[in-house]
Amino acid sequence: MPMTRDDISEKVRETLVDALGADEEDVTPQATLTGDLGAESIDFLDIVFRLEKTFGIKIPRGELFPDNILNNPEYVSNGKLTEVGLATLKERMPHADFTGFEQDPDINKMAELFKVETIVNYVAAKLAG
Amino acid sequence: MRWIWIDRFIDFQPMKSATAIKNVSLAEEHLHDHWDAYPVMPFSLMIEGMAQTGGILVGHARDFKEKVILAKIGLAEIDELVLPGDQLKYHTEITHISEAAAAIEGVISKNGREIGRVELIFSHIDRNVSGRDFGKGNFVFTDQFRRLLAPFTRGPIS
Repeated sequence: MPMTRDDISEKVRETLVDALGADEEDVTPQATLTGDLGAESIDFLDIVFRLEKTFGIKIPRGELFPDNILNNPEYVSNGKLTEVGLATLKERMPHADFTGFEQDPDINKMAELFKVETIVNYVAAKLAG
Repeated sequence: MRWIWIDRFIDFQPMKSATAIKNVSLAEEHLHDHWDAYPVMPFSLMIEGMAQTGGILVGHARDFKEKVILAKIGLAEIDELVLPGDQLKYHTEITHISEAAAAIEGVISKNGREIGRVELIFSHIDRNVSGRDFGKGNFVFTDQFRRLLAPFTRGPIS
């Protein structure tokens, strides 16, 4: 029987509690991984490893958490994503909600895209094939 | 000098698992000051021993071309004190390995009995997402380190 979205959300929550040492009640859908849950760069790899194990999926590098964006001068100018950069990021992160970020694509606010719900969306899409 | 906190590998399954032993001796100077009441093997050095066991396993999986750095201690539970004369066994298995990093799970035993569990993540730091350059030389698996490792990988001298 396929997993429901609630099942996925619960397992993602457990994964983040284990990986980040976060309190369960803090792992809400809108919580950001770095700002609210205190994730550091190595934690993103830990999260990927744990999600692969928990859900039996393979997560290619850069698919859940895109890389090679901020160090590309075509994508960043004056501390903000360029139009091309934003379009590229949106294409690579269909699982993220860009509603707020695209109004002001300041690279310092990029971490706000990485929410608990972002991961749930990604896993749900991945499991749906 | 490198601080090596394992004495010998007793099993090594490339890409999969490794087991190393460490004989704790009062001849080790660090034990003289660790705890006033009586000498105790520091837990931190047991984690380091597990990191070296797992780090060598992870390094071997990429032919020692990557700079393998301990990046995160996900879990470290050690239930008992370890004293001079005890033998530690570090058994570690690779749970994940990718271009950028590797994860291991390990069990620590004392005199044949499980006393601890450790989960570690190693970074292949040349593959870091920030693109930072750590130089060409591999300061982790240096020639000196490889020489120290040689008896483990070559097997018994016949």
